[in-house]
Amino acid sequence: MAKVLGAVTVNQERCKGCDLCVVACPTKVLALQPKEVNNKGYHFAYMQNPEACIGCSSCATVCPDGCIEVYRVIVK
Amino acid sequence: MTIEEIIKPENRVYAKPRLLNDNNMHYCPGCSHGVVHRLIAEIVEEMGIEDKTIGIAPVGCAVFAYNYVDIDWIEAAHGRAPAIATAVKRLNPSRMVFTYQGDGDLAAIGTCETIHAANRGENIVIIFINNGIYGMTGGQMAPTTLEGMKTSTTPYGRRIDLNGYPLNITSLVAQLDGTCYVTRQAVHTPAAVRKTKNAIKQAFQNSMDGKGTSLVEIVSTCSSGWKMTPVQANKWMEENMFAKYPLGDIKNTVKQ
Repeated sequence: MAKVLGAVTVNQERCKGCDLCVVACPTKVLALQPKEVNNKGYHFAYMQNPEACIGCSSCATVCPDGCIEVYRVIVK
Repeated sequence: MTIEEIIKPENRVYAKPRLLNDNNMHYCPGCSHGVVHRLIAEIVEEMGIEDKTIGIAPVGCAVFAYNYVDIDWIEAAHGRAPAIATAVKRLNPSRMVFTYQGDGDLAAIGTCETIHAANRGENIVIIFINNGIYGMTGGQMAPTTLEGMKTSTTPYGRRIDLNGYPLNITSLVAQLDGTCYVTRQAVHTPAAVRKTKNAIKQAFQNSMDGKGTSLVEIVSTCSSGWKMTPVQANKWMEENMFAKYPLGDIKNTVKQ
């Protein structure tokens, strides 16, 4: 069966750590950085569990600042 | 397959639209304005009407919309965006003209302009961001504030005997014969965002086709004004705002 592999990149300097992408993710891939902050002082989002990503774009769809890019590969 | 192998330009399925430029938005974290700005940028790009689109910015948080979406904008005085949009559309009928207004701008000071522009059936699109509060000036009560909702000017909650009832202006505008498409949407989940995108696209198409006024209300959050986190604000909106402002199409004369 074909498998869908996804990945996202987060523009760390643009991210404001609002947590909406973390909630929207159906496979619990994303999380906010627990300690690190960006230059604006926000705990930015990152891929905590990258293997689970299916590239569904839910995170990017709800992101208010357009800082998420989504990539998807279908492996047959 | 490693992450580096997946992250390649040919595998990209979603990226920030080209028309949303790189300026950092001044909005608070989790603000619905950002999502709506991105949707407008995406739709204008998809419809290929970048050179034909003129936006009218309001007074309110979205006053700086012209810094973020790379199309032509005019900044209107408080509440007067539909009046300016009327002039722009009448002088340039081939252009797609839309206003982008908050509830303080559209439902309080601009009630007259909104209702009369819609009643004349001007071929414009009104995008109405309703978060039930004056977000920019510090969270004061707006006409759309819910009963019992705490704001900085109603610290014990809005009282009907003192402040009157919440104004459902979208349903009011739907009664007017000049409007062709009136709908209420939200942007709190991926599914809702996709529906909102289709609604705005339909409204823009109506404006291009000269069908009449379209109004798209987007029930939104103001996490700073409501004193909540963005996630809590979305939940509060689902539980409270949607009871007074139910989602869905209110009027659509184009499809019939």
